[in-house]
Amino acid sequence: MEERLSKVLAPYKGKHNALIPILQEVQAELGYLSDEAMMEIAKTIGLPESQVYGVATFYAQFYFSRRGKNQTKVCTGTACHVKGAARVLDAFERELGITCGTTSEDYEHSLETVACVGSCALAPVVVVNEEVYGQFKSSKISKILENLKE
Amino acid sequence: MQKINSPSEMVEMRDLCQAAFARQKVRFLVCAGTGCIAGGSMEVYAELKRLISEKGIDIDVELLFEGQESDAGAAKSGCHGFCQMGPLVRVEPKGTFYTKVKASDVPDIITATLDEDTVVERLLFKNPDGNKAVAEHDVSFYSRQTRIVLAGCGTIEPEDIRNYFAVDGYLALADIFLNHSPEQVIDIVTKSGLRGRGGGGFPAGRKWKAGLDAKATPKYVVCNGDEGDPGAFMDRSVLEGNPQAVLEGMTIAAYSIGARYGVIYVRAEYPLAVVRLLKAIEQAKEYGVLGENIMGTGFDFDIEVFQGAGAFVCGESTALTLSIEGKRGMPRVAPRPRTTEVGLYDKPTLLNNVKTFAYIPDIIRKGADWFKAIGTESSSGTAVFALTGHIANSGLIEVPMGIKLREIIFDIGGGIPKGGKFKAVQTGGPSGGCLPESLLDTPIDYDSLDEAGSIMGSGGMVIMNEKTCMVDVAKYFLQFTEEESCGQCVPCRLGTKQLLEILKDICKGRGKKEDMDLLVELSHSVHGGSVCGLGQTAANPVLTTLRYFKSEYEAHINDKCCPAGVCKDLISFRIDEDKCKGCTLCARACPVSAISGEKKEVHVIDQTLCIQCGICLDKCPNKFSAVECVSPKIIVTPKEKMEVS
Repeated sequence: MEERLSKVLAPYKGKHNALIPILQEVQAELGYLSDEAMMEIAKTIGLPESQVYGVATFYAQFYFSRRGKNQTKVCTGTACHVKGAARVLDAFERELGITCGTTSEDYEHSLETVACVGSCALAPVVVVNEEVYGQFKSSKISKILENLKE
Repeated sequence: MQKINSPSEMVEMRDLCQAAFARQKVRFLVCAGTGCIAGGSMEVYAELKRLISEKGIDIDVELLFEGQESDAGAAKSGCHGFCQMGPLVRVEPKGTFYTKVKASDVPDIITATLDEDTVVERLLFKNPDGNKAVAEHDVSFYSRQTRIVLAGCGTIEPEDIRNYFAVDGYLALADIFLNHSPEQVIDIVTKSGLRGRGGGGFPAGRKWKAGLDAKATPKYVVCNGDEGDPGAFMDRSVLEGNPQAVLEGMTIAAYSIGARYGVIYVRAEYPLAVVRLLKAIEQAKEYGVLGENIMGTGFDFDIEVFQGAGAFVCGESTALTLSIEGKRGMPRVAPRPRTTEVGLYDKPTLLNNVKTFAYIPDIIRKGADWFKAIGTESSSGTAVFALTGHIANSGLIEVPMGIKLREIIFDIGGGIPKGGKFKAVQTGGPSGGCLPESLLDTPIDYDSLDEAGSIMGSGGMVIMNEKTCMVDVAKYFLQFTEEESCGQCVPCRLGTKQLLEILKDICKGRGKKEDMDLLVELSHSVHGGSVCGLGQTAANPVLTTLRYFKSEYEAHINDKCCPAGVCKDLISFRIDEDKCKGCTLCARACPVSAISGEKKEVHVIDQTLCIQCGICLDKCPNKFSAVECVSPKIIVTPKEKMEVS
């Protein structure tokens, strides 16, 4: 991991204002921001660790623990909300056996909500590993999960 | 490729690109907006390319600048706006407009277009009057729109700058280099009456003038693409569908205020927009219309793309600039200098919404009077809305300011689907409000919507039917603002929390008579005491639902009843024993096995086990409609089984 991290960080030495792009790149590389990664980032750009955490925890995009191999995001934008996003989320919680915002013990699945993915005309919308599913029905869940196993 | 070395070469470039398009006898444009991609439009595109080349005819994916005519061209376009009917395919030059196209439909489209010169009837959109629409402008959804910002979305290929050149792209920039001083450009923008399309509606010309007058250097031009409002995707579609228009608008702004650097702030949730923008910037630089020594004039302007990291409050100008600097996006406390004086890196910064910049090239080319003539006296031009929710024709629309809400909802949107009844229209996202049927004749402009208690906002318009609970909607928005509050000021941090708690109580049946007055009082405190727009407007959803839908609050509080059947703690599902045919569909689908009853036996829901998921209601066949949602809650459960009569 250290090697991958130092490779990402190399071009950013001492660059304070690049903190958010750095956090994004590190997360893209490692999947989440581990304590060690946060320490390294602080050291590289020359900011106190507290400040790096302060910024990272402010934004919804960053994760601080390992996440599942498959990531499901249930959109809860206004259009999705009035078209039953809450029920879709309930159904995912039941099918995956995890609550929203958590990861399964075997690290197969993470489940979370997202404020709006901007595909409102297709509401309700669910995003599974970057794939957007529109006009979602809870009955589709088992098939999607089955396909992920392959 | 040919680099533009002087502004006067732009016309020649346009003619060259137009001629290249003219060489294609037909051109298939497959929508590659996020919505259509989700529906499978890329498979349609791949199939189209495969089949055309299989036919052995000359397919032209790249534009031909010289030589022979080609039989067909295929391109991926930006979002057409009619996402609900996607994937969409448009065939030029006739403009034939196909909806809900699947890969398996492609052979018929090719045969009809290339061999028979006909259209594929079954893929045409059927208007409410029963007539089929052949071209886009025949579709009722489009025929009442006035498309300026969205004109290029769906008709050009966003990943190829030559498409933009062919529709007069960068001619506005060339024109100002040749004929206008910065002051003159600002004068045109001022006279056009263009107001900021981010929601606030601040006159763009005045902001630009302040940017020009600011003394410090360097100056920055920042494009706000942090479209954080849930239920809105206008900026996304413009960035994805016509990125060059935004770049040209920003460059004109930079010339006007004397800026050298620009930043486009894009939401993290819009990966496709980022890809298209980066490509657009690269191509614009290759052609010499962006970067160093633009069009050989000696003017330099460079644009970077910054990806937001997920914070609604960063849509506020000061929070946005702090976020670009790598800090927490917490709005600066007023009184503070305007961003045009102290903005990004504490330097003068001109910050406008995506759409505001995208209007600029047209305004320069066609003149201030042309723009001023569209819309109303105080709000000129058009408004772009993401029309979503319980509406027959969902998608992206552009209408002249001053149009009535009723026209948008019923004429363009086609009304409420499935025989539903209109209840409310929500504009302005979490900062806006819900308006009832009695206000449907309100004209769309900044001031009228404000008066009604809502706001124009950046363009989200969510339609709600009678099955939407307005207390739940208020709770939904407060949940959003409470979570997104940056937390620096007490009225917003704690006020939104308390508003939310009261609303949660009401939805759970624990509401008290005095709660409604308390909500109003608290709302006014949050409005008056918060530092930034997020807090100041956070209570709008509460205030408007209380004002227009008071009886629903009363039903929740006094009768413990949710008339719309949404609030889980106040509803029960039951099976009508006279209607149940004992088909077992509901019992098999129930995730908690709360439904008992054998085949041909009347089914019964055990209310002590039921989790109100509503799956039984969805599963029960329409012809039986035996499951119903009732409120207030049922307390007793009948135990004995009965035979089907």
